[in-house]
Amino acid sequence: MNASPNGEVLLEISGLSKSFGAIQVLHEVGLVLRAGEIHALLGENGAGKSTLIKTVTGVQGRDAGTVRLCGQDIAPRTTEEAVAAGLATVYQEVNLLPNLSVAQNLFLGRQPTRFGIVQGGVMRKRASALLREFGLDIDPGRPLGSYSVAVQHICAIARAVDLSARVLILDEPTASLDAHEVEVLLGVMRDLAARGLAILFVTHFLDQVYAVCDRITVLRNGRLVGERETAALPRMELIHMMLGRALEHSVSTRDAGRPRGDCIGAFRDMSRRGSIDPFDLDLHRGEVVGLAGLLGSGRTETVRLVFGADKADSGTAQLDGKSTRLHSPRDALRQRIGYCPEERKTEGIVAELTVRENIILALQARRGLWRPIPRREQDAIARRFIKALDIRPPDPERPIGLLSGGNQQKALLARWLATEPRILILDEPTRGIDVGAHAEIIQLIRRLCEDGLALLVVSSELDEIVTYADRVLVLRDRKQVASLEGESVTVSSILAAIASDDVAPKEQAAKEQVAREEVA
Amino acid sequence: MGIRSVMLPAAIAATLCAGGVARAEGLTVGFSQIGSESGWRAAETTVTRQEAKKNGDTVKIADAQQKQENQIKAIRSFIAQGVDGIFLAPVVATGWTQVLTEAKDAKIPVILLDRDIDPADKALYLTAVTSDSVHEGQVAGDWLVKAVGSKPCNVVEIEGTVGASVAANRKKGFDDAVAKDPNIKIIRSETGDFTRSQGKQVMESFIKSVGGKNICAVYAHNDDMMIGAIQAMKEAGLKPGQDILTVSVDSVPDMFKAMMAHEANATVELTPDMAGPAFQALNAYKKSGTVPPKWIETKSTLHTSQDSDLQQIYDEKKNLGY
Amino acid sequence: MSGAVHTAPGATRRLPRIPRAALPQIIALVAILAIDRAVSPGFFDIRMSGGRLFGSVIDVLNHGAPVAMLSLGMVLVIATGGIDLSVGAVMAISGAVAATLAGEPLAITIGAALLIGLVCGIWNGILVAFLRIQPIVATLILMVAGRGVAQLITGGRILTFSAPGLSWFGGGSVLGVPAAVVVTAGAIVVTGLLVRGTALGLMVEATGGNARASRLAGIETRGMTVAVYAWSGVCAAVAGILAAADILGADANNAGLYLELDAILAVVIGGTSLLGGRFSIGLAVVGALIIQSMNTGILLSGLPAEFNLVVKAVVVLAVLLAQAPRLRRVFARSAAPPKATEPAPARQQGAQP
Repeated sequence: MNASPNGEVLLEISGLSKSFGAIQVLHEVGLVLRAGEIHALLGENGAGKSTLIKTVTGVQGRDAGTVRLCGQDIAPRTTEEAVAAGLATVYQEVNLLPNLSVAQNLFLGRQPTRFGIVQGGVMRKRASALLREFGLDIDPGRPLGSYSVAVQHICAIARAVDLSARVLILDEPTASLDAHEVEVLLGVMRDLAARGLAILFVTHFLDQVYAVCDRITVLRNGRLVGERETAALPRMELIHMMLGRALEHSVSTRDAGRPRGDCIGAFRDMSRRGSIDPFDLDLHRGEVVGLAGLLGSGRTETVRLVFGADKADSGTAQLDGKSTRLHSPRDALRQRIGYCPEERKTEGIVAELTVRENIILALQARRGLWRPIPRREQDAIARRFIKALDIRPPDPERPIGLLSGGNQQKALLARWLATEPRILILDEPTRGIDVGAHAEIIQLIRRLCEDGLALLVVSSELDEIVTYADRVLVLRDRKQVASLEGESVTVSSILAAIASDDVAPKEQAAKEQVAREEVA
Repeated sequence: MGIRSVMLPAAIAATLCAGGVARAEGLTVGFSQIGSESGWRAAETTVTRQEAKKNGDTVKIADAQQKQENQIKAIRSFIAQGVDGIFLAPVVATGWTQVLTEAKDAKIPVILLDRDIDPADKALYLTAVTSDSVHEGQVAGDWLVKAVGSKPCNVVEIEGTVGASVAANRKKGFDDAVAKDPNIKIIRSETGDFTRSQGKQVMESFIKSVGGKNICAVYAHNDDMMIGAIQAMKEAGLKPGQDILTVSVDSVPDMFKAMMAHEANATVELTPDMAGPAFQALNAYKKSGTVPPKWIETKSTLHTSQDSDLQQIYDEKKNLGY
Repeated sequence: MSGAVHTAPGATRRLPRIPRAALPQIIALVAILAIDRAVSPGFFDIRMSGGRLFGSVIDVLNHGAPVAMLSLGMVLVIATGGIDLSVGAVMAISGAVAATLAGEPLAITIGAALLIGLVCGIWNGILVAFLRIQPIVATLILMVAGRGVAQLITGGRILTFSAPGLSWFGGGSVLGVPAAVVVTAGAIVVTGLLVRGTALGLMVEATGGNARASRLAGIETRGMTVAVYAWSGVCAAVAGILAAADILGADANNAGLYLELDAILAVVIGGTSLLGGRFSIGLAVVGALIIQSMNTGILLSGLPAEFNLVVKAVVVLAVLLAQAPRLRRVFARSAAPPKATEPAPARQQGAQP
């Protein structure tokens, strides 16, 4: 944390307002960004973070207010103008072209040419040099899409910085990265700040905020709540600022003495080559089993086998004591297993269908083509779940793509709950969801298991897992390495299992060092 | 289209082999045919074979599948084989200078069939055997003028594909011929794309927009469209051939059937026999060095429902591949 | 753009009201029919002739039938995010098969033609769903080869027939309504029932909207894909029978030529996105009628043939522009009272950062 709070002011936003129709989404928001600082922009979904960024960078026009960059008023009308002024933005979904090479992406639109012909060699050489500054040693001739998301992000940042940016806005860059990759990215951010850039960092992850940010600006409902120095802002107070209320402290309400229900699912020796080593898994009625581990440790791979989304190379599945084939999601559906995937947008919702249609989709698939659910029943189901899960807005005929992430997630839960599953698999159920909805979903998970469902939950949020899981399976390097139960389900024991014995401490250090190369 | 890709390589191979084996004392001629996009062209190919047989000559036929590059390849291969003459039905008018010069250098006379090429290359071929599509239209028009006599007559015209030179020529010839007769008025003219179904649809719209009773004659740029139009008239309760006179161009076998049923009046023949005159000219040139005229025009014979030989012509044409 | 068949929330579903999303198409059809009436005063006159209804409107329906048939299959294929370029060639094949077997009992003639269409459709479906060939490429194969197959069957000539059974589809009628119109209307009803009477419609929309999510929701997306291509093949076969019966002959060179493009256009005019998802069968048929009303109108007008394509292009452009989301928003703003214009765009942007 190279705090230089008194560095030169690079970006000064004041009195910024913006409304869409009758709805005012920004009320006279101000923000100051200094050279050499990393500044977090925090707030729940709908607080106005995205709109603020869009109005500053020219994606959308503003109604009132000024934006001064290095003391000069700017009013970019397009992102290109913003970049030209020295203001670059990197979004969560990388805005580059995966089918072009890394070098082509870095120099798109400004390729080194001689007599009008692109000089591929020169370009690749310059790309290599540029990326090395960011700690990446990769082949710039390969297509960007062949590298991990983290590398793609760093390329996007490198391109933005190389376009002579002095202010860099990062909009949720870490949302789809695993822990190693996040470390690499945070490192890059620190380096850039040390070089005198000002970075505005939008994220959901408070750990990352405390790891790298010098200052924090919090928005709520389109208004500025305040700007603080990170060092002087305790976590609880920050959450208070974001929510306007203190998050009820999540103590585990697990009833340790509760008798375990019948075994619903017994999976033995399940495996898939190159994806997950053989594992055993037992699921009991009313029990929550958590799957913990770093991204890429085989958590999602495990649940995809259980659901039949991928075909297992080996193993047997028994449901309620009977041997069962689980070769496709249809088989799983028939056996009353549900699965809410991690990738909500690409694997969960059908964006242009309505909330109602999304909710009844799996139930309809189970009933089959020839037994359509009557419209009246569809309406009843949709209404019931919209009410039960408090999906907002409570309009069953709204296309689900227009809902916020948390409400989409609830609708997906409703889709599976409508099929009355025996086993429900939730892969990162709280990812990308604002804090309020977060708590609701955790409440819901508890309620579901009280109703006798067997739950299998994948989560990176260890605090969360320990609050609801009866048992936690820890995965590392595509292997199940530990099974924790009862009193031993704590954040520290999970962490210990993830970083467990057979990795010597000095290797651990070496591992962190190679992290950068690893992501490449 | 696809038939060519399926069937023709085999066909080409077969004809080439046959040509190679049968070395008669007659001439060996290479024929670069455009393709087989219409019944008429299939008939032309058949007639060419028949004519060769009749003269004791040998013909090697290469189907170009509508591609000039294939025709150029075929001509080069004919030159390499040392044929006595080359018949070419050119798919386009330009781009022949190079390959025809090669043929000329090899002293192999080239005769164009059915279509002409860029006049700049006139020196590169011996002669062109083609029909005169303006004349075809004229023959049709002249017939109508005679058939109508002194009565006033409203004519509707079903044109070929917009932009096709045959369509434009047949229209010009006909329009010029009937312009001389003040009784005849062309009241409607629409394109039927040379197909039966479009011809039918266009005729239906004519009947509706001007009334079947107000139409005295139909002129169609080809027989297929006329066959469609005849159907449209019948479905509208009109008697084609009697209530409304018909005249069209091509003389496909089905038109003879219609004329025998008195549902059509006249058709101008576009003969598929382009090869006959071509063989004659080539033989004369080879044997006695007689240089034919630069253009040999085929006859545009008029057939009407009054003719007595309709059945006979129908039988002959039936097997030509129309 | 989407949701054409879905009535607004709260509206009673049974009421046959025109959904707002369907307005551009309906207005376009009415406008074109009005222009047709202006250029040909007898446009709406209908009389009986030889036991059959006779008039320009009947012509529109009769000649619109093949494209309407094609669009029935095409709309489902496009809704899954695919496209079927082979329908014109399949028409030629089925027509050729029917004409070849015209002398046999009608059931055999029709059955064989439909079967060949089904086989063609399943072939396309397998290429797309199981071999994962892009739809445009997969169906291009049959588009090119299919016409060749048809030419092989007919021997390259127009194969005429006079069997009364098969001819009925061209010249016959039911209560004066031309057979082609009756058959097509029947097919529309069957397709409608098949799609909206079962869960097929929802599943097709889900598959087109997000195939991966649909598979994970337990929908048999590959089977669904094969089914829609198969249906498209069958519809094309029916269209082929109608086209052959219309001219009492199978014209392998010209039957259905470029009609795949008309069918795609009909579907697009009907508001179904080429990206897949929401679709409307009714509006696709309206699209086919718009195209045919235009064709018939141009023929009736006596406009020189050279103008046909330009006129068509202008009309199609106008209809598509009327559907463009941006323009619709402008219309909605100026047409509706201010309070009815909900700030949907704003929320839309807010929800999808």
